[in-house]
Amino acid sequence: MTKSLKMPILKMTARNVSVAYGSKIAINNVSIDVDQDEVVAFIGPSGCGKSTFLRTLNRMNDTVASARVTGEIKLDGQDIYSPDMDVVQLRARVGMVFQKPNPFPKSIYENVAYGPRIHGLAGAKADLDRIVEKSLRRAGLWDEVKDRLSDSGTALSGGQQQRLCIARAIAVDPEVILMDEPCSALDPIATAKIEELIHELRGRYAMVIVTHNMQQAARVSQKTAFFHLGSLVEYGNTSDIFTNPREERTKDYITGRYG
Amino acid sequence: MSAIALLFLVLGLGLIGWLTARVRATRFRAGSTVRFSSLPSHHGWFVALWTAVPPLIFLVIWSMTSPALVTDTVLSTPAAMQLPPPGFDRASILSEARSLAEGRSFGAFHGLSRTLAPSYAAAQTRYDWIATALALLLAFAGGAFAFTRVKPGFGARTQVERVVMLMLLGASLIAILTTVGIVASLLYESARFFHVVPITDFLFGTHWSPQVIDGRDPGASLGAVPLFWGTFFIGAVIAMIVAIPFGLMSAIYLTQYAAPTTRKWMKPILEMLAGVPTVVYGYFAALTVAPAVRDFAVSIGISWASSESALAAGLVMGIMIIPFVSSMADDSIAAVPSSMRDGSLAMGATSSETIRRVLLPAALPGVVGGVLLAVSRAIGETMIVVMAASGVATLTLNPFASTTTVTKQIVDLLTGEAEFDSPKTLAAFALGLTLFVVTLLLNIVALRVVKRYREAYE
Ligand SMILES: Nc1ncnc2c1ncn2[C@@H]1O[C@H](COP(=O)(O)OP(=O)(O)O)[C@@H](O)[C@H]1O
Ligand SMILES: [Mg+2]
Repeated sequence: MTKSLKMPILKMTARNVSVAYGSKIAINNVSIDVDQDEVVAFIGPSGCGKSTFLRTLNRMNDTVASARVTGEIKLDGQDIYSPDMDVVQLRARVGMVFQKPNPFPKSIYENVAYGPRIHGLAGAKADLDRIVEKSLRRAGLWDEVKDRLSDSGTALSGGQQQRLCIARAIAVDPEVILMDEPCSALDPIATAKIEELIHELRGRYAMVIVTHNMQQAARVSQKTAFFHLGSLVEYGNTSDIFTNPREERTKDYITGRYG
Repeated sequence: MSAIALLFLVLGLGLIGWLTARVRATRFRAGSTVRFSSLPSHHGWFVALWTAVPPLIFLVIWSMTSPALVTDTVLSTPAAMQLPPPGFDRASILSEARSLAEGRSFGAFHGLSRTLAPSYAAAQTRYDWIATALALLLAFAGGAFAFTRVKPGFGARTQVERVVMLMLLGASLIAILTTVGIVASLLYESARFFHVVPITDFLFGTHWSPQVIDGRDPGASLGAVPLFWGTFFIGAVIAMIVAIPFGLMSAIYLTQYAAPTTRKWMKPILEMLAGVPTVVYGYFAALTVAPAVRDFAVSIGISWASSESALAAGLVMGIMIIPFVSSMADDSIAAVPSSMRDGSLAMGATSSETIRRVLLPAALPGVVGGVLLAVSRAIGETMIVVMAASGVATLTLNPFASTTTVTKQIVDLLTGEAEFDSPKTLAAFALGLTLFVVTLLLNIVALRVVKRYREAYE
């Protein structure tokens, strides 16, 4: 018997998640599912909590002393906020790319080798070389840097730096990649390259991308979540959200009536 | 007229200039609808500065040159023929005569000074009148010149601005000129020293005993290598072995682990340590640490251990330097963008891995620069070694043995009983010059490193 319809596999689920910074509530009761082979886009006016919510998915909010997260977030059915969850393991499985490219002031090679080294993924030097090459190839950067792997990562152009950061995240073989406005500091050509890269990586990793660029959300994602004032207003197929939104607020936002 | 009275007179004239110019400027503004570039007070300041500043400059120069002129006049009187030839007696008679003439003393040791006192007083009075007349002339000339320029279209504002700029420039030049003067005198005295002692003997000789100098070959006992080694050993080795790890670790704790409340009280306390007078550290070194170090050495079988050991001085110096290293390292670590830290944490690195693999390497140039500055401070530090280090120059690697430093030797050489131009005393200047050159180079290199580092993140 052949299946023409593949059942989506749930990668991450968030249920009734709220986040407060001290007494200020930044995310209020949000529930979202992220499928194995999908790209999910988070859109919404700035300050509505997109980054905050994204950072709950790999517990980066732990680094903010005042942040408190409630609700339930699961990765492959396992509660990531439970006491037996190892944050080190979690962040190796859920990688992150930041708004501003932040390569370490080390060589290109060392930037990519950073994760494999701390997680002990490579035994011999040859293994590490292979991981570095594979990651740089997947990030579409190999041909541009293969002759200068020992140059500093900070000497690359902005777009190359961001792809280096993606390669760095890929190097530990994550299952999910979170991207917080990865193109907002880049020019249109570099942006196009990153979008192309997201297309290529789709299926291999589940991806969540925050963007303030509506066309970008429409181009790269299969699902879109619209946040407003800390709440999830609407979540659904990207095509539906952009052509036929259910909520008035979503429609106002995507037609540019405010934001 | 006394100097103070003259000063107030000049300032008073300046005030009058200010008031009249203001009145004049207010008057021509009143009748006009045009916008002027300068306010009445700018015109006032313009005239006031032209009135007061030239005589003030004149008075400063005058006060430096006139005593010599007065003395010359006195020397040309017939009574001065009886003065002894130039030397100590002559100088003391002249200064006694001057005190009598100025009414600062009433009794005289030398009879001749009584004879000279009236001509001193006369000459003094004459030159005072000349000074007053010249100062007033300058004040009126300057004031009048400036007053004629107070016209509607005149940009007094920019002129005043320029004068302010010149005064600030002058203030900053004073510090620089003083340094230049100090260096020049160091160079001059050192040159005299190197005239007597070959520079190679001084820089490469390994025997230092300034108490017994052979007049025919002074260089043989003025070889400074043991001092250089002692300075390096105490200031750059022992002190840094203490200061670098503790300073660095406290900086890491304060920037990465401490809760904001902890940091709020801990950092000022640490910085307060830098303000403790070094003589207090000297007591601590000499009275507490040095005996303890010796007792410890004896207990582990080094019976000859010195109570003026390099270790005691170096340890305390290291403690003194901790806040310095800590605050430089703190700044460097804090200057690493937090996105580096986030990037590493998001890769699954722990805090200590992040510090070791990302923050410290990124902060390293800044930390190195800070350490170099700390070394330059440590080798110039004097009080601790004067109190706790030995006066005997030995070339040793043993931290329990006694060693001496350049600064300690400078103090010993200059506080001893010696004529001012003996090789022994002059050696102090040569040591001072060497220390100056070395710390200067260290500072230049350190500031370069730190600057390059700052630029990397801006
Ligand atoms: N570290 C923090 N401490 C306190 N408040 C924060 C912090 N980070 C974000 N916030 C607040 O939380 C809200 C959501 O911010 P954020 O998640 O960055 O929004 P977005 O990414 O959608 O622009 C904002 O009001 C912001 O001021
Ligand atoms: Mg954001």
